[in-house]
Amino acid sequence: MGDLDRIRWQCRRGMLELDLVLNRFVEAELEGLSPEQLGVFRAFLAENDTLLLAWVMGQEEPPAQYTGLVRQLQQR
Amino acid sequence: MAITTRQFDAVVVGAGGSGLRAALQLAEANLRVAVLSKVFPTRSHTVAAQGGVSASLGNEEPDNWHWHMYDTVKGSDYLGDQDAIEFMCRKANEAVIELEHFGMPFDRLDNGKIYQRPFGGHTSNYGERAVKRACAAADRTGHAMLHTLYQRNVRAKTQFFVEWMALDLVRNQAGDVLGVVAMEMETGEVAILHAKATLLATGGAGRIYSASTNAFINTGDGLGMAARAGIPLEDMEFWQFHPTGVAGAGVLITEGVRGEGGFLLNKNGERFMERYAPTVKDLASRDVVARAMATEIKEGRGAGKDADHILLKLDHLGADVIDKRLPGIREIAKKFANVDPAKDPIPVVPTCHYQMGGIPTNMHGQVLAGHSGNAIVKGLYAAGECACVSVHGANRLGTNSLLDLLVFGKASGEQVVKDLRADAIAHQDLPKDAADRALARLARLDSAKSGESVHEVGAELRRTMQLHCGVFRFPDSLAEGVRKINEVAERAGRLYFKDKSKVFNTARVEALELENLVEVAVSTMVSAHARQESRGAHDRSDFPNRDDANWMKHTFWYKEGNRLEYRPVNLKPLTVESFEPKARVY
Ligand SMILES: Cc1cc2nc3c(=O)[nH]c(=O)nc-3n(C[C@H](O)[C@H](O)[C@H](O)COP(=O)(O)OP(=O)(O)OC[C@H]3O[C@@H](n4cnc5c(N)ncnc54)[C@H](O)[C@@H]3O)c2cc1C
Repeated sequence: MGDLDRIRWQCRRGMLELDLVLNRFVEAELEGLSPEQLGVFRAFLAENDTLLLAWVMGQEEPPAQYTGLVRQLQQR
Repeated sequence: MAITTRQFDAVVVGAGGSGLRAALQLAEANLRVAVLSKVFPTRSHTVAAQGGVSASLGNEEPDNWHWHMYDTVKGSDYLGDQDAIEFMCRKANEAVIELEHFGMPFDRLDNGKIYQRPFGGHTSNYGERAVKRACAAADRTGHAMLHTLYQRNVRAKTQFFVEWMALDLVRNQAGDVLGVVAMEMETGEVAILHAKATLLATGGAGRIYSASTNAFINTGDGLGMAARAGIPLEDMEFWQFHPTGVAGAGVLITEGVRGEGGFLLNKNGERFMERYAPTVKDLASRDVVARAMATEIKEGRGAGKDADHILLKLDHLGADVIDKRLPGIREIAKKFANVDPAKDPIPVVPTCHYQMGGIPTNMHGQVLAGHSGNAIVKGLYAAGECACVSVHGANRLGTNSLLDLLVFGKASGEQVVKDLRADAIAHQDLPKDAADRALARLARLDSAKSGESVHEVGAELRRTMQLHCGVFRFPDSLAEGVRKINEVAERAGRLYFKDKSKVFNTARVEALELENLVEVAVSTMVSAHARQESRGAHDRSDFPNRDDANWMKHTFWYKEGNRLEYRPVNLKPLTVESFEPKARVY
């Protein structure tokens, strides 16, 4: 549980848009993620807010390892 | 209960622009500095700032700090202290150039100088015409500022306590502040950070409104800590609103939408701005539009099942024009309002953006002990959005906030260095009850077996503020608001959550944050109810005009007894003539 709780907190960001998108995703999907998916999500959360926003809003193409995750986030 | 104590020369609570700028000053003076932050430093809310930072560099056209000062005084609707405003505007060029030398990637002109662009309220020659004064790093100014300052702090060996939450101040019998009690989120452990100087830089508290552009972490923790320690809060009735945030989400919809021909409708499909501003209609200034929207909602003409929002229509522009001229708007609307604006209108409401009031300080960041005189709280400093210097008065000028962080972050850092050197002091002994207040709060939350839901009380707090103390304020509604918010405060004394685990327990953090939001909300409502005039962002239907004879003064709210006192505005600048109050027309 500790690890998921850490991820939940790390969805607190400096921009409201990201708070909303990440928290929707986490509420609906976090518990169902596979260990690999969790690893990707953890790495994703370590990136800069400005990059996350550009990826999630479709303004920039995310690196290959995040395309699946970003697509999931965009559907939320 | 024995709890760990760690000693530092200085503790800075907050790693946004203001906290990082202050910490840098301290670390470079070889003081032992600890910086606490709830989130990784570069995820502080400063990262959201896009517009830029003001300085009268005059790189594009003639400009000087006198004009910047005039704009700021006028923008503040004559509630700003003119000594502090002169100080800030005179220091602006130095602050920005210093940041440039630290490596900030400002946009540049062909001649290599910093590029500057126009921004609302910036003028040359005392209001004559618009001037280019905003310095920016693309649309990522706040991001670039945070990264630049963070790198610099790492180099100066500032010690970071990331994902640590400060809970309360440590204050001794004499009233001196000796550090903070804080919780490490990873373990849930509580420690005392014992310091000769404590600097609050915890940012704004925009989350008291249900419609807010602020990130979730903006819960006014520094204000709550100050209020619980007996320190007053200044000018809390003044909050800046943006007319078009997505209803229910808060995300900003740029004014460009109305510029391109979008307009506002009430529930009857009426283009109501034609009544309020017959010539410019939807392109009237921010406050006029926001007030009209609030009036429509108040009078029952809001849209939606709760009649609580306004519709921003732009489908008549056509998908092609929207995509071309307003890039990103469809994505934002789809994602946060669940509508495609090429087909349906976007639900919007006036949305809280910036807090002008805060912890009262002088222009060296020293926290004032009370409303009268210049006595300070020894050992305590504040800077940034959580502080009220006051340079923004009743209304902040765009881009002056990032400037405030730089100038007063540095000034407060310099003051700490001076104070610690002058006194060459050792740490004062911690009082026996140093951590009691914080531990009692935690113990109550951890032992509660039933009580009020954090989620529900938080929602009620935000709803109450939005409804009763929003962008346009009505007398009956304010009185009712005071009653309701006191009730919310009372409920917040009985918060309960089920999960009592220690590791990254977001439920516990949210309960602690809500206790801070309560102090901010109560002080805002009580201060707004008492101020019988309209000035800057405080806009009352029953007192539509500014009343300088009776109200050109700062509000000081004290938690004890929910009491208000007042302090005169300082109309005397440091070296120049005073700007006498005039009607604020643009
Ligand atoms: C969308 C948006 C756009 C903006 N654009 C501009 C602009 O273009 N120009 C401009 O001048 N202003 C702008 N502003 C305003 C400006 O960004 C903020 O006023 C400013 O960034 C606040 O900086 P700060 O250092 O005071 O606090 P923040 O950057 O909010 O940092 C607060 C810090 O305190 C920490 N903290 C809080 N509570 C605790 C606690 N209990 N324990 C430990 N740490 C804690 C947080 O983790 C964080 O590190 C904008 C605001 C918004 C919302």
